[in-house]
Amino acid sequence: MKMQTTFQGYRRENGRVGVRNHVIILPVDDLSNAACEAVAHNIKGTLALPHPYGRLQFGADLDLHFRTLIGTGANPNVAAVVVIGIEEQWTRRVVDGIRATGKPVAGFGIELHGDHDTIMRASKAAKEYVQWASELQRVECALSELWVSTKCGESDTTSGCGANPTVGDAFDKLYAAGCTLVFGETTELTGGEQLVAARCRDERVRADFMRVFDRYQQVIDRHKTSDLSDSQPTKGNIAGGLTTIEEKALGNIQKIGRKCVVDGVLDKAEMPTGPGLWFMDSSSAAAEMVTLCAAAGFVVHFFPTGQGNVIGNPILPVIKICANPRTVRTMSEHVDVDTSGLLQREITMGQAGDKLLDMMFRTVNGRLTAAEALGHREFVLTRLYESA
Amino acid sequence: MIHCVLHDPHDSVAVVVVEDVAAGMTLTGLVLDEDRTLTLACVQDIPLGHKVALKDMAVGETVIKYGVDIGRVVAPILRGQHAHVHNIKTKRW
Repeated sequence: MKMQTTFQGYRRENGRVGVRNHVIILPVDDLSNAACEAVAHNIKGTLALPHPYGRLQFGADLDLHFRTLIGTGANPNVAAVVVIGIEEQWTRRVVDGIRATGKPVAGFGIELHGDHDTIMRASKAAKEYVQWASELQRVECALSELWVSTKCGESDTTSGCGANPTVGDAFDKLYAAGCTLVFGETTELTGGEQLVAARCRDERVRADFMRVFDRYQQVIDRHKTSDLSDSQPTKGNIAGGLTTIEEKALGNIQKIGRKCVVDGVLDKAEMPTGPGLWFMDSSSAAAEMVTLCAAAGFVVHFFPTGQGNVIGNPILPVIKICANPRTVRTMSEHVDVDTSGLLQREITMGQAGDKLLDMMFRTVNGRLTAAEALGHREFVLTRLYESA
Repeated sequence: MIHCVLHDPHDSVAVVVVEDVAAGMTLTGLVLDEDRTLTLACVQDIPLGHKVALKDMAVGETVIKYGVDIGRVVAPILRGQHAHVHNIKTKRW
């Protein structure tokens, strides 16, 4: 099958291309969730992104908090942003970070105003933005301008032999097309880390990768009780037939295909600096990782599942791929791409990858994913340690 | 019908990919990397997604899947038996 070379996207002020056109109401902190939700209730077509953090964080944890919020607002799937925080200074910091993209953004601090006045002023800005955004048109964009992320969840053994290699086949094709790609889940490479290291572009990237891998292993060693057998593999993984972390990891890395090369290593929510395949040092928890991908600027996500993870994201369309014949029967409303035919030799891996790419093009051109239609908007910020 | 799949011809376990695999059945296994099949006598009921042993394995032996080490045997396993957390453990952590 000859792959399409263009898609219909939204070209933003900074030249990046989005596939959705959200106007988001972004809280800087937990205290501002209520005002954000009130604004999103007032102004139809806007979306609040409530979350539980943003107070008394410090150091690298605070940096990650700002990077995630600014990255989410800067994501090209977002047309315009209203930021609300309890106080002015951190609110302005988020606004200024997003403003660097050139997109419309306004910030409101609650202190000295109260919720009512803040909600009124923020609603006026949100109304202007959503009406403005509703007139933006999709334009033809090159496939190479697409940023695609992947992370799997509720994996089972069918993930490793069906859904994940489907993503791998698609990633090999997108890599050759010049796209920007990312995978992560640092601890879930345990047992397969040498295979990933062997795929790194050069010694420098390999050293970067092994440094973040070893650091995460030290975190596990510091906090584990006996072993991680109660959480890695998860109870769902074990019910699905996965026995050890090594087996899970080897299934996991099927997502990076057989040809693409790991071109660089990213910190959490860090934006890539060029095309190619990037490894992001990240948690393996689904919503955390997908939120970090969105904050790094990725605009569409491949999410293979075995036992049936239902995750979505507020701004990033999450395409679910499943090869488990029971899951596609019992949880069909969550599955965008059924590749269970692979396990009965009804389709080849190349055909499965093409089936996913076909759904990717339909999705980036505007089709809602199952997770979007079902209202899954998991927005989960990664924390590094305790607040001050 | 394909009952189970293995990634690499050297794997010591295969993944059951259909429901209702039961003791006494003769299973058809697909070797994914070589696109050929093999047959295997199943001696225990094995749920969808769980593994069937392709050879007898003694305690301490390494289990191979994807052609790679996925853990060690902690209770003896016979060909055709269910291979999972009751007889295999991680070598990590």
